[in-house]
Amino acid sequence: MPGLPLSLGITLFYVGLIVVLPLAALVFKAASLGPEDYWRIVSSARAVASYRVTVLSAFVATIFNLLFGLALAWVLVRYEFPGKRFVDAIVDLPFALPTAVAGIALTTLFAPNGWFGSILGEIGIKVAYTPLGIMIAMAFTSLPFVVRTVQPVLEDLDPALEEAAQTLGGTDTSIFSRVILPLLVPALLAGVSLSFARSLGEFGAIIFIAGNQPMSTEITALLAFIRLEEYDYQAAAAIASVLLITAFVMLAVTNLLQSRALRYTVRN
Amino acid sequence: MKRLILIGAALAAILAGPANAQSPNKLLNASYDVARELFVSVNEAYAAQHAGVTIDQSHAGTSRQARAIAEGLEADVVTFNQVTDIDFLVKNGFVSEDWQKDFANQSSPFYSLPSFLVRTGNPKNIKDWSDLVRDDVQVIFPNPKTSGNARYTYLAATAYAREAFGNDEAKVKEFIDKLFDNVPVFDTGGRAATTTFVEREIGDVLITFEAETRGIAKEFGEDKFEVVTPSVSLLAEFPVAIVDRVVDKRGSRDLAKSYLDFLYTPEGQKIAAEHGHRVNDETVAAEFKDQFPEVRLVTVEDVFGGWDKVQEEHFAAGGLLDQIYGER
Amino acid sequence: MTAPARNRPPRVGDSPAVRRTLITAVLAIGAVLVLAPLVVILTQAFSLGFSYFAETITAPDTRHAILLTVLTALIAVPVNTVFGIAAAWAITKFDFPGRRLLLIVAEIPFSISPIVAGVAYLFVYGLQGLFGQALQDADIKILFALPGIVLASMFVTAPFVARELIPLMQAQGRDLEEAATSLGASGWRTFFSVTLPNIRWALLYGVVLCNARVMGEFGAVSVVSGNIRGQTNTLPLHVELLYHDYNTVGAFAAASILTVLAIFTIIAKVLLERQGAGRGGRPALAAPNAIPAEKPQ
Repeated sequence: MPGLPLSLGITLFYVGLIVVLPLAALVFKAASLGPEDYWRIVSSARAVASYRVTVLSAFVATIFNLLFGLALAWVLVRYEFPGKRFVDAIVDLPFALPTAVAGIALTTLFAPNGWFGSILGEIGIKVAYTPLGIMIAMAFTSLPFVVRTVQPVLEDLDPALEEAAQTLGGTDTSIFSRVILPLLVPALLAGVSLSFARSLGEFGAIIFIAGNQPMSTEITALLAFIRLEEYDYQAAAAIASVLLITAFVMLAVTNLLQSRALRYTVRN
Repeated sequence: MKRLILIGAALAAILAGPANAQSPNKLLNASYDVARELFVSVNEAYAAQHAGVTIDQSHAGTSRQARAIAEGLEADVVTFNQVTDIDFLVKNGFVSEDWQKDFANQSSPFYSLPSFLVRTGNPKNIKDWSDLVRDDVQVIFPNPKTSGNARYTYLAATAYAREAFGNDEAKVKEFIDKLFDNVPVFDTGGRAATTTFVEREIGDVLITFEAETRGIAKEFGEDKFEVVTPSVSLLAEFPVAIVDRVVDKRGSRDLAKSYLDFLYTPEGQKIAAEHGHRVNDETVAAEFKDQFPEVRLVTVEDVFGGWDKVQEEHFAAGGLLDQIYGER
Repeated sequence: MTAPARNRPPRVGDSPAVRRTLITAVLAIGAVLVLAPLVVILTQAFSLGFSYFAETITAPDTRHAILLTVLTALIAVPVNTVFGIAAAWAITKFDFPGRRLLLIVAEIPFSISPIVAGVAYLFVYGLQGLFGQALQDADIKILFALPGIVLASMFVTAPFVARELIPLMQAQGRDLEEAATSLGASGWRTFFSVTLPNIRWALLYGVVLCNARVMGEFGAVSVVSGNIRGQTNTLPLHVELLYHDYNTVGAFAAASILTVLAIFTIIAKVLLERQGAGRGGRPALAAPNAIPAEKPQ
């Protein structure tokens, strides 16, 4: 078949120029620090606190998305109700809406004087400018992942499986947890890992709603940004490289889960 | 697809053209975050006097601006709120070493000071720096690491504490620790902090330049906020400089000089005063006297021994500020 | 979407109580988390009346921001599309060592914070970076000008088109193209008359998603733009600028333009999905590893 030199040439040139070159420059800059300084910067108390708040918030947001995404996918596949197509379409809004816009909209809603913030404030829950705000921003921006990975699997689920389980006397709960859920696990895992990766990388939506307090509501991407503002290029590169490595690891995990999920579907 | 690319290229040429061309009727002024309205007025007035001249504006935290210039942002002039950030440009060879001699008053056409803005009626009864460390008070100012505005706040609070505690460093540090404990949100720039205080209604007192506190009161209604001037504050200079490397390349030195000179003319001074800045021009200063309450101002040189020392002791990585963050 | 057929025994979760609870809960949470932001943007944008809204979005700086955003998309999206097609062709029609690695590298922009992308570009084209001095000497402006914004946008959207195409072309196999070439068709002819008709909806789908992301990118562009009013402010940056200009309503007005764009994207997506694009269980804007995601029939 013709076209290999041209298509591969374009591909390698583009990937090289647009993706590899900048990332290499970043790694190069971070590497110029030497191992000791590098370690000192990436393991400083403030950096560690930023990893903690980022990972913890991403974790909570992902758990929420796991539950909500599963419920939403279930409702969209199994039930008929007015406005269902609208709901199905609007699930993708968080992907289509620019994150900065999402950020100011969520902040306006959840600030102490916002629609939700004022109600929550009365029962003593603060959202904006606390880790809870970061979680909501993350949950919003990664909302569609679980829904969109689970939905097709749920659609293709063979009704005969459930019928068989029902004739064997299974209750709804037991059939769901012992027959249906295991079939969804690979898709759930794939969706969850995507959702988690996306949450770790989110920036635009979060800086508006997080309080940006060092040690408590400062996410890692912001810390890299702040180091840059302080003219500390190497430290910025070092912290950014931590984000880069995390992204690599997440990608590898996603790949692994995906290929396992695939093996699973093929076997069925 | 090809047609799209062609149209795109044509549009690109239109857009990028004027910025790249050698066009000495155009200046880029890189300025600090809260100076937006000020320079809208200044640029209008200047353009009215100099037909055909356009002044482009870029606003952000001054560290970010200085960094952007060092990375290639072609700003002809800088109008900052901080000597340190111009010194950074000096170190990188963008601004000549004796820039402070280029214009009067050490190249600072006007000045201001960190001042307080409280909600109307002053419900928490905030009068001075000592009130800011009370347990029931929430204070808003941006992150001193990224905002020149907040660096003045931090230094003014330190200067106050040094006077109050007779230079007992442990007590000064405790005071600053408490102050930072009372900050619920750390925004990266002065404007974001204003938004937090005004729009989000968070915090009891906003600390920012006096000029900004007046602007806010004007913008959002004098009935919603009150300006409180503390007993002592820090002189905040607003240094301006010509970016030599850029003007030499673009051939815009004369225009840049005329633009910065304009800030010192009575008209320029008046605009600055109207936007809440204290000015050195005596006639203009007299005219706006009622707006500016008496306040005792100390300087960075007097209290801290100069900006170099401040940078090294307080703001550098591992400095006093990092120690305060580290403990929180 | 498979509607539950009538005359079938009730399936799991079909009892009215479960049904009602789940639907109510999901709709309530969805309304709070997804619908409310949409509503708040639009109500805030018009909170000072339509004339103020019109004034904001026709102000010179806003107009310029819109123009710049469109221009960026006009450059970044076609280039990305060419790359996407080339990458999909190379990866699905040939076997060569390192295919998988190439895919993973091309996917990095998905899971990386856009801030990291922006910072990385500084280290390449900034004066302190690898080529900064050389570019300055040659008087070529990349950062703080259109090229920088376009490059950063291309980075964040690099995999968008490719990964819509790869699974589809993988599933379609190589038989048709091989037949065409063995009958003497040239490579280009084969592509245009055999491959393209089969992938056009997926291609369009990828282009729509890529375009939405390019126009909405904030973090990466924010680092490389220089924030010059009326010059290097894209629409998302302009939203932030107005937001900090004491002009919240204006910010929401500008944001509402982007929101309308998002709604159009969703409509386009729904329409394209009816044509069969974007199926196969991959989430819209960020699927994982693209190679085998299509299920064998």
